[in-house]
Amino acid sequence: MAQIELQAPQLQCQLTVTVNGQKHQDVVEPRLLLVHYLRDNLGLTGTHIGCDTSQCGACTVLLDGKAVKSCTVLAVQANGAEVTTIEALAPQAGAAGDGKLHPLQEAFWEEHGLQCGFCTPGMIMAAYDLLQRRPDPSEDEIRHGLEGNLCRCTGYQNIVKAVQRAARVMRGA
Amino acid sequence: MAVTRLFGASVRRREDPRLITGRATYVDDITLPGMCYAAILRSPHAHARIRRIDVEQARRAPGVVAVYTGRDLQGQVGSIPCAWLIPGSDLKTPPHPPLAVDTVRYVGDGVAVVVAESRAAARDALDLIQVDYEPLPVVVNAEQATQPGAPQLHPDVPNNIAFHWKVAGGDVDAALQRPDVVVVRQRLLNQRLIPNAMEPRGAVAQYAPATGEMTIYVTSQNPHIHRVLLSGVLGIPEHKLRIVAPEIGGGFGSKIHCYPDEAIVAFCARATGRPVKWVEDRRENYIASIHGRDHIQDVEIAATRDGTIVGLRARVYANLGAYLSTAAPGVPTILFGLMLSGAYAIPNIACDVFGVFTNTTPVDAYRGAGRPEATYIMERMVDLLARELQMDPVDLRRKNFIPPDKFPYTVATGLTYDSGNYAATLDKALAMVDYPRFRQEQAAARQQGRLLGIGFSTYVEICGLGPSQVAGAVGFQGGLWESATVRVHPTGKVTAFTGTKPHGQGEETTFAQIIADEFGIPIEDVEVVAGDTAKIAMGWGTYGSRTTAVGGTAIALAARKVKEKARRIAAHLLEASVEDVDFEHGRFFVRGAPDRAKTFQEVALQAYLAWSLPKDIEPALEETSFYDPSNFVYPFGAHVAIVEVERETGQVHLRRYVAVDDCGHVINPMIVDGQVHGGVAQGIGQALYEFAHYDENGQLLTGSMADYVVPKATQLPRVETDRTVTPSPTNVLGVKGVGETGTIAASAAIVNAVVDALAPLGIRHLDMPLTPERVWRAIRSA
Repeated sequence: MAQIELQAPQLQCQLTVTVNGQKHQDVVEPRLLLVHYLRDNLGLTGTHIGCDTSQCGACTVLLDGKAVKSCTVLAVQANGAEVTTIEALAPQAGAAGDGKLHPLQEAFWEEHGLQCGFCTPGMIMAAYDLLQRRPDPSEDEIRHGLEGNLCRCTGYQNIVKAVQRAARVMRGA
Repeated sequence: MAVTRLFGASVRRREDPRLITGRATYVDDITLPGMCYAAILRSPHAHARIRRIDVEQARRAPGVVAVYTGRDLQGQVGSIPCAWLIPGSDLKTPPHPPLAVDTVRYVGDGVAVVVAESRAAARDALDLIQVDYEPLPVVVNAEQATQPGAPQLHPDVPNNIAFHWKVAGGDVDAALQRPDVVVVRQRLLNQRLIPNAMEPRGAVAQYAPATGEMTIYVTSQNPHIHRVLLSGVLGIPEHKLRIVAPEIGGGFGSKIHCYPDEAIVAFCARATGRPVKWVEDRRENYIASIHGRDHIQDVEIAATRDGTIVGLRARVYANLGAYLSTAAPGVPTILFGLMLSGAYAIPNIACDVFGVFTNTTPVDAYRGAGRPEATYIMERMVDLLARELQMDPVDLRRKNFIPPDKFPYTVATGLTYDSGNYAATLDKALAMVDYPRFRQEQAAARQQGRLLGIGFSTYVEICGLGPSQVAGAVGFQGGLWESATVRVHPTGKVTAFTGTKPHGQGEETTFAQIIADEFGIPIEDVEVVAGDTAKIAMGWGTYGSRTTAVGGTAIALAARKVKEKARRIAAHLLEASVEDVDFEHGRFFVRGAPDRAKTFQEVALQAYLAWSLPKDIEPALEETSFYDPSNFVYPFGAHVAIVEVERETGQVHLRRYVAVDDCGHVINPMIVDGQVHGGVAQGIGQALYEFAHYDENGQLLTGSMADYVVPKATQLPRVETDRTVTPSPTNVLGVKGVGETGTIAASAAIVNAVVDALAPLGIRHLDMPLTPERVWRAIRSA
């Protein structure tokens, strides 16, 4: 039987990253995923993990303003970058929804764009990216734009409506 | 009943602010001081003897705290129980060790567990465990597993048959042999599905040796059932065991069950003296969380030439997987066979179900749980029959509907449907699609060679589980009543506790609507609490579309008890007789003298101060209701799908999907529509996309989200919803469940539509999922 060599992970990397406007310096394993760094090291548990294969998009965050699946990004790849998570969209929001919510959050709430809420942070971050690129998307463009984010509760119908509503608000229409 | 301002209003959900801001706490978001992480080694073989397990290298690996195998758990953790022991079926319940000891029986069967200082260290150490397997022959197909010479999974279960359950009403043999009937026969495959809650399962266990108390945070739809079962499995007395189900990211049935994993995690916490967290990854979820459906159904339906259905017979092989999961025996029997009459008056019905062990992941309740399988039979067979009789499928349905004036109606299988008006939903749906015009369009399209089709599903389902006496009679090892405690605080604010555990269905809002209406107070003054056995005395959880029908009724009844007590206190304070005190808009007042009044809040304060209470009234203002329903509830509806099939590619395009449902009175239309959307999405998933596909070696070929098609936003249509309202006489709210209706209805509507589209080619049936390849092959060989 093959003997497997025991090897303690030796290599550690320096990481400097700005998350939600705050600069962090850490020493991390090179294999550490960005999503684990956010959740375990920084305690930003709003970013969720729903699969191992980059299908579900629950872990979507913004990396230098662009939506990425943080389970497919190594933490060290974010070195020198700016990361934005769901927690930064409405830093002041209270439990009753008082305080300022982002128009996307308001729209998801208003249009019942969520049920269990697990996919929601990733869905909102992906929609944020979409609306940056396409401020007035058609229904078809929204559906394609969110193709990388799975929701098992809503059938996407109210998610589409929420993104349409947010787009109107953000355009000032 | 009084329909007040909030009941019936699309109040936006009170659970949403924490969810949309990323501030909810799911199980994986919990971190406790000193916490370790567990990872479970799972069998790569579908069937094998374990010759030897060597964990020494893993034990010595950096960061590893402990490694345990099945032998270490023996005597410490009991067999994982089955809690639905259907009577009269010779049910076999072979032992289910939490970690395999001698034999693994499916890919995913747990073999060992590593506890380590970090998630990564635990996963690394799994690779250092060496297991010497001796592969054994494998069987994955339920029918084949019953054949002579098939591999045997459990020593005392001959032919792998866990049970043979029967139901019969009337005389089917006689009906099918009548000289004046047409009999249509078809084998239907209801394929295996994976529930795919977006949040994987997980558990965090913490043991306090000084007090003997164990707390388990677990992804559970029913924490009290988890407490009862785990108490037995772990040997921890119930009063020392606390189960907390925090935010739960969807379940669809997959988080009802008592799995080996949470017992293993609790064992690890007790053995190491450290809090332990385990969260499955998606690969694990696909092989070690329950699957759904997986029936082979041989069905015969008989009708006279005028379309009067006289008999239905079904013989079913239900794949149970390798072990009996918590509710597994009840799903393909009680929740399936008893519903075979569907929306129709059929005097003669018989059904035989063989529950069969195979070398696959255990199968249990997944959204709809037995009822989609029953609906699919009836709705497909009606269409096949219509074709045989050359009748319009709408006319055939209408001819056989249980008429609205016959309710309560007892079907041949013995259930008594509470209320219904099936033609009303069908009429509405037909108007929405403009049926006559569609048939004209279809005829025109066919002239052009286009394949356009329409499909109906006029379903009825059983939910609002259920009367406890019936639960006992059908072998469910629990009650199915529900508890609610409504606690009014001295300031008139309200905390309500429910024994259900909503996890996306929105009852934190709908229950608050019920209470706010009852007391005439703002909804903001009401908080609904669920999911913690330390806070809620007892309850049976969220599944079987029971939360609103049973749990919501308990809430209403508890609130009414509170109001009656408050009325008596108010009368005392107002120096009036109780009969003369009315209540409106949050005020108790003397009839005819509306200025002599006490607000609800004033009465609440006086109840707590207790300076002046009527002699026979105790202080405080809190009441509990334990509501046991007298019957189930039976929502129904008519779903219509319009499809076009691409002849060259086999691609099915869903042009329209219309859902007209009747779930009685509606508390929050926005939430009900959302439940229908999501339910339909999962039914469409089964019809067009999803299939948990095992190869003959028992390897799950669709073992990740890259291979198993969870429908994306581009793959689902906009669902057009409407309703009729036929209140349930079973409960004081007049409500029925709606969480599963869409899933129960949709798959048959879609398949009927596709087969209708393909009818000109002579195709009379196709099994799900209707992937382009499957449809294309059928077109090519037609």
